[in-house]
Amino acid sequence: MESVSTPPITEPRKTPLNAVHRRLGAKMVNFGGWDMPVEYPATGGLIAEHRAVRSSVGVFDVSHMGDIRIRSGKAPGQALAAVQHITMNDASKLVIGQAQYSAMLYPEGTFVDDVIVHRLGEDDFLLVINAGTREKDVDWVQQNTKNFDCVVENLSDDYTQLAIQGPRAQELLQKLTDADLAPIKNYSFTHGIVCGLKNILIARTGYTGEDGFEIYVPSDVATSEMVWSRVLEAGKEFGIIPCGLGARNTLRLESKMALYGHEISESINVWEAGLERYCKMDKGDFIGRAALERAKAAPQTRALVGLEMCERGIARDGYCCCNEAGAQIGIVTSGSPSPTLGKNIALAYVPPAMTALGTPVYVQIRAQKCKAQVVATPFYKRPKKVTPQAASS
Amino acid sequence: MAYPTDYRYTKDHEWVQVNGDIATVGITDHAQHELGDVVFVELPVPGVQVVAGKTFGTVESVKAVSDIYAPVSGEVTKSNGDLQNAPQRINEDPHAQGWLIKIHLSNPAEVNALMDAAAYEAYIATQSKEASA
Repeated sequence: MESVSTPPITEPRKTPLNAVHRRLGAKMVNFGGWDMPVEYPATGGLIAEHRAVRSSVGVFDVSHMGDIRIRSGKAPGQALAAVQHITMNDASKLVIGQAQYSAMLYPEGTFVDDVIVHRLGEDDFLLVINAGTREKDVDWVQQNTKNFDCVVENLSDDYTQLAIQGPRAQELLQKLTDADLAPIKNYSFTHGIVCGLKNILIARTGYTGEDGFEIYVPSDVATSEMVWSRVLEAGKEFGIIPCGLGARNTLRLESKMALYGHEISESINVWEAGLERYCKMDKGDFIGRAALERAKAAPQTRALVGLEMCERGIARDGYCCCNEAGAQIGIVTSGSPSPTLGKNIALAYVPPAMTALGTPVYVQIRAQKCKAQVVATPFYKRPKKVTPQAASS
Repeated sequence: MAYPTDYRYTKDHEWVQVNGDIATVGITDHAQHELGDVVFVELPVPGVQVVAGKTFGTVESVKAVSDIYAPVSGEVTKSNGDLQNAPQRINEDPHAQGWLIKIHLSNPAEVNALMDAAAYEAYIATQSKEASA
């Protein structure tokens, strides 16, 4: 069989936990120029990791992601103005301690990157960005905030970022922090002592569709390794296992979360990607707004849909989509078996006329066209928390 | 896992076991470990001709699609139908219950060009050394 791994061409970058992953026997892969764990066979591998997050808790090293801090200079309000200018969601709606999913757009209304915007203060914002777009994003932010009196800092190398995800994540993390986690709402954050470290950002965010937290600790190797092993130790009673990029992908796909370079890119606009609810056209002007107005008035040529395979076969990233007549009409952006659903699922761009639920779409899998159908997304939604009933008298 | 000494092995991590003029083919323990949990297998039906060195099917994990190369040429006599509903056999028992196809050999001498167990074990040892460098 052909080799699954390929040798790197240039030296890949490493997170502070790289040695830990290798000690745990992780299968490593080059992801966007980073040497990252894709799965940990010794503790079960991808499917076990996926299931651990859905049923209990798992921990991911996501330090490869980037961090940009934007603060006002002498005049107040400049950081907000800068963030509003370069992102599509409305950051003025954020209170201190709140975060939002957003994106930076090119003037064409297409994606520079998607981003989580955190409001650290009145004039203080933290943008968490993708690993593969770190330098591009930092350059973009610096170039496009020149006209604002603000300070832009690239803090990407300053943090080890761990994602603790799953229904038991809060219980686990509560053992390691003095911050009261229960009142923190989804997409809110706080700062507190974590594993004895002061002033650690603790955010109720994640990329799995489960409840969970992301913590940002100092990036020196000793501290990073200490926190990682404390998390695994505290998670033992919940059956925690380390989770890699393989499970990260299957989890986010089931939850219909976009991956840059797949569902969103510099050639795809906000309407096509179906991300209109994060795009606040009424907030005022921002880069890309004018193009989006024009695009709204023009006929859309493609839309993102969810697919479920009906016939044997796994649709994968980049496979072509055809109509019943056999003509190519679209492309799969992300596709994989879904461990939770036990089906093969995909996200794909198809013509707007083919977006109705149940529409047949044929995926070209090597020599065959395999039938799929358009289904509702997200493919998986986590169960709503059941609030305990008050004791009856 | 030990590599059966009566099997022969390819550089692409297939094994072949010959019984008269019938060869059974599968992927090795090393291959299944590299791949991860197998979730899908695509195999040829009986009657199909396979050619040594050319692909005859695929084995897929969640993350990867792997082409399988025929170690020897001939006609497929049987395909392991159990793998449709139990693809994990390839992970659990790659050298026996995880077999893929049986071939009626058209050129039995082809087997002689393949590695024996000792040579294959040495081969994968050097591969691991390179991978961890």
